[in-house]
Amino acid sequence: MTQLDLIRNFSIVAHIDHGKSTLADRLIQMTGTVAARDMKAQMLDSMDIERERGITIKANTVRIEYPAKDGNTYILNLIDTPGHVDFAYEVSRSMRAVEGSLLVVDASQGVEAQTLANVYQALDAGHEIVPVLNKIDLPAAEPDRVRQQIEDVIGLDASDAVLISAKSGLGIPDVLEAIVTRLPAPTGDRDAPLKAMLVDSWYDAYLGVVVMVRVMDGVMRKGDRVRMMQTNAVYGIDKLAVLKPQMVDIDELGPGEIGILTGSIKQVRDTRVGDTITHERRGCAEALPGFKPAQPVVFCGLFPVDAADFEPLREAIEKLSLNDASFSSEMETSAALGFGFRCGFLGLLHLEVIRDRLEREYDLDLITTAPSVVFHLHMKDGEVRDLHNPADMPDLTYIDHIDEPRIKATIMVPDEYLGDVLKLCQERRGIQQDLSYVGNRAMAVYDLPLAEVVFDFYDRLKSISKGYASFDYVISEYREDHLVKMSILVNDEPVDALSMMVHRDRADLRGRAMVEKLKDLIPRHMFKIPIQAAIGGRVIARETLSAMRKDVTAKCYGGDASRKKKLLEKQKAGKKKMRQFGKVEIPQEAFIAALKMDG
Amino acid sequence: MTGNVGAPVEDWQQGGFGLYIHWPFCQSKCPYCDFNSHVAATIDQARWKRAYLTEIDRIGALTQDRVLNTVFFGGGTPSLMDPDVVAAVLDRVRATWPMVNDPEITLEANPGSVEAGRFRAFRGAGVNRVSMGVQALNDADLRSLGRLHSVAEARAAFDVARTTFDRVSFDLIYGRQDQTATDWTAELRRALTMAVDHLSLYQLTIEPGTAFGDRFAKGGLRGLPSEDLAADLYEITQDLCGQAGLPAYEVSNHATAGSESRHNLIYWRAGDYAGIGPGAHGRLTLDGTRWATECPKPPGAWLNVVERTGSGDLVPTALTGEDRGHEYLLMGLRLTEGLSLSRLSCMSGKALPSEKLHPLTELGLIQVDGDALRTTPAGRMVLNGVLRALV
Repeated sequence: MTQLDLIRNFSIVAHIDHGKSTLADRLIQMTGTVAARDMKAQMLDSMDIERERGITIKANTVRIEYPAKDGNTYILNLIDTPGHVDFAYEVSRSMRAVEGSLLVVDASQGVEAQTLANVYQALDAGHEIVPVLNKIDLPAAEPDRVRQQIEDVIGLDASDAVLISAKSGLGIPDVLEAIVTRLPAPTGDRDAPLKAMLVDSWYDAYLGVVVMVRVMDGVMRKGDRVRMMQTNAVYGIDKLAVLKPQMVDIDELGPGEIGILTGSIKQVRDTRVGDTITHERRGCAEALPGFKPAQPVVFCGLFPVDAADFEPLREAIEKLSLNDASFSSEMETSAALGFGFRCGFLGLLHLEVIRDRLEREYDLDLITTAPSVVFHLHMKDGEVRDLHNPADMPDLTYIDHIDEPRIKATIMVPDEYLGDVLKLCQERRGIQQDLSYVGNRAMAVYDLPLAEVVFDFYDRLKSISKGYASFDYVISEYREDHLVKMSILVNDEPVDALSMMVHRDRADLRGRAMVEKLKDLIPRHMFKIPIQAAIGGRVIARETLSAMRKDVTAKCYGGDASRKKKLLEKQKAGKKKMRQFGKVEIPQEAFIAALKMDG
Repeated sequence: MTGNVGAPVEDWQQGGFGLYIHWPFCQSKCPYCDFNSHVAATIDQARWKRAYLTEIDRIGALTQDRVLNTVFFGGGTPSLMDPDVVAAVLDRVRATWPMVNDPEITLEANPGSVEAGRFRAFRGAGVNRVSMGVQALNDADLRSLGRLHSVAEARAAFDVARTTFDRVSFDLIYGRQDQTATDWTAELRRALTMAVDHLSLYQLTIEPGTAFGDRFAKGGLRGLPSEDLAADLYEITQDLCGQAGLPAYEVSNHATAGSESRHNLIYWRAGDYAGIGPGAHGRLTLDGTRWATECPKPPGAWLNVVERTGSGDLVPTALTGEDRGHEYLLMGLRLTEGLSLSRLSCMSGKALPSEKLHPLTELGLIQVDGDALRTTPAGRMVLNGVLRALV
């Protein structure tokens, strides 16, 4: 156990690509925490998807021993937090587990919206913040401008910002000194009853569920019996360790310390991020404040391409759920897509990550239906129902009104793209709340319906700003609006997987875009096919896919029989990848592509 | 495989029995051609002759007592064969199989002046029908199709052929780059004034692995017809040929009544055919099993294996009932006359279910007429779609 004043706990706040992972790597390397030969880039991002996308999904931690200039050796605990809005709650919990943050800003790019959201979380958590300007060795670096920007936008004194190049290692010793001298030591009472925060948890093939904890008060020892205050479950601690980043067993964790424990915990689902862990006996009276159960906000259907993959999909979803309490699923049947699951996610990135993992780690081909948000249906009889799936929309006559989730979105964008960004927000039913400038960058704050954002808002934003806009949001409230269910009919048959909730004023546009897109995505058949968008019984948009006119092989003689037969049999097998709606076959790609709406 | 002496009547007999001989060489490779053809500096014709004769002996032993309906020299450019080789092959064929009274013996010919000079010798060897690769009736298009002959040469060669052989046909390719409906109408009318009794009219198809295929994949080869123009061109072809008394008897083949290519009909009617030469395919029914045979594609490899082992056959494949059914559908529905539903059921062991036929009948794409199943003219234009629906 370590003396409190020799501990510093911190996190790194940064926008994607501003160098958070590289800085973490340098800190680990320079303190000799990991031998040079074991170093790999982005030590702390352990999932392939994390490395590929350059994002952190699960919190991670590393304990660094640093002999400071004052002659003392300090224990530095870095918690690497998820950087994405989808994981805002997880971020807030990680922030509560440390006392300070390094705010890393790219010295040429400046502050981005995501940086802002995370820095506010850090300030909310009462952090001391040390600004760090990275990539200072690049010709485009403008440290003075960025310093000024940090002061103007965040209101943080950046005059003594540490100037570094994480890539070359320049300035890293200054960062280590700043951590020790400028960040506060944790506080805590080792004689008080145990009070520790569950920061994150994950499943390890050898150890089972691993729980990351930060001890606030008291001492946690190997063999102790501890209680999770939210779930009231009691476990014996089988193993207590710190991550350097490899696991090193220890006997106890005292106040201010961060480590991991394992017990006979069966699933990650049994652990709740933000929960308080105390001793079974002589427990603490009050839990740590701020616990929130995970709440999925974006839903979509996941169906196996091949119906025979339903069981493997079920097993894969169960396994992933064990490791991700924020991901929910229930079985769903679709006339179009057969058996599958309706799944809930923290956001679109979370959705993509889970889908990627199912496809990659479990080798499944999946169809993803239109993502939708949870609408609140206020029925005429006073009941309030959650609507997760447009297909479940009850008859309108029973509904009094519908509320939808709204978000507060912060967008930062260079001036020259602002016009297009404002137009996009307007098109998506946004209400401007604030517009301010920092140098040549504008910061727009919008009240937007989440439903309009879960489509392709982020992709559109990136493309109209050539990648320069940054975006972040928090869910603000549920509000009534004029929402309707739009159905898509192909050859007069409704295709449930394509139905969606839309705002009445946007329905015509959406409907038109959808039928036009489907006209291109559905292959010509031997007959003409009407494609319609409808609200209730009223058609709002219609296209007709004309019949195939010519599709015949010009030459087919004795030498061609084998080849043409194989081709025909291959096409027959390919039909399995099509979904049959009445007489019409719709390729799977059409579902996915149709839902990537533009405009 | 062993011979079939005294077997009961077998299905193939309703299609007949033909012999295909592949000559794999050309003077130059055309950019659209995906056939097994090669350009060689020197060809040892005597060696090729011996290999063909070896193969005829081998197949003859397997198919003793069969009556041979047709022989077809295809390629490549078989008009580059030494007439002596053709003569030796046909002599051996006649010595091997009894032939029908009026066997059809076709040779594919290039419409150049050199070939025209050999026509009489081919006639003397026993060839009674030529099929000429004219391909276009304007010089610019001939050049872009990579053909070495001019329209004038083609006409001259064709005139020699008409006076030399009992039956002549020629091929044209349409749906060429930037070809309009008006262009094709005019060209086809000219062709019909030349035509005797048979024409093969192929829509240009861009095949992967050809020079055109490569250019197309790289975004080149512009001006190819849209599906709608392609359909218009096809319809124009059907109309004009019909009016001229050469209706389509197959997707791309037109003839006056009785002048159809009897050899090709064997393929489309699911008869038996032996294939000899590099890359040649065959279908042979032996002891009640229908075999798909295939020879090695590279000319040198085929020659070596025949010389070394006395057989140019790769391991033959026994076709299942389903295979046979699919092939019969694939081939038979190309013909205007259609196919026999009872034969199809016998081959595949099951009848085509009416729920597959019914929607296509409703759409006017197929007709069931007693035992006959045939595509309508509209159905033939979307035959690939019809087949996908039927298998």
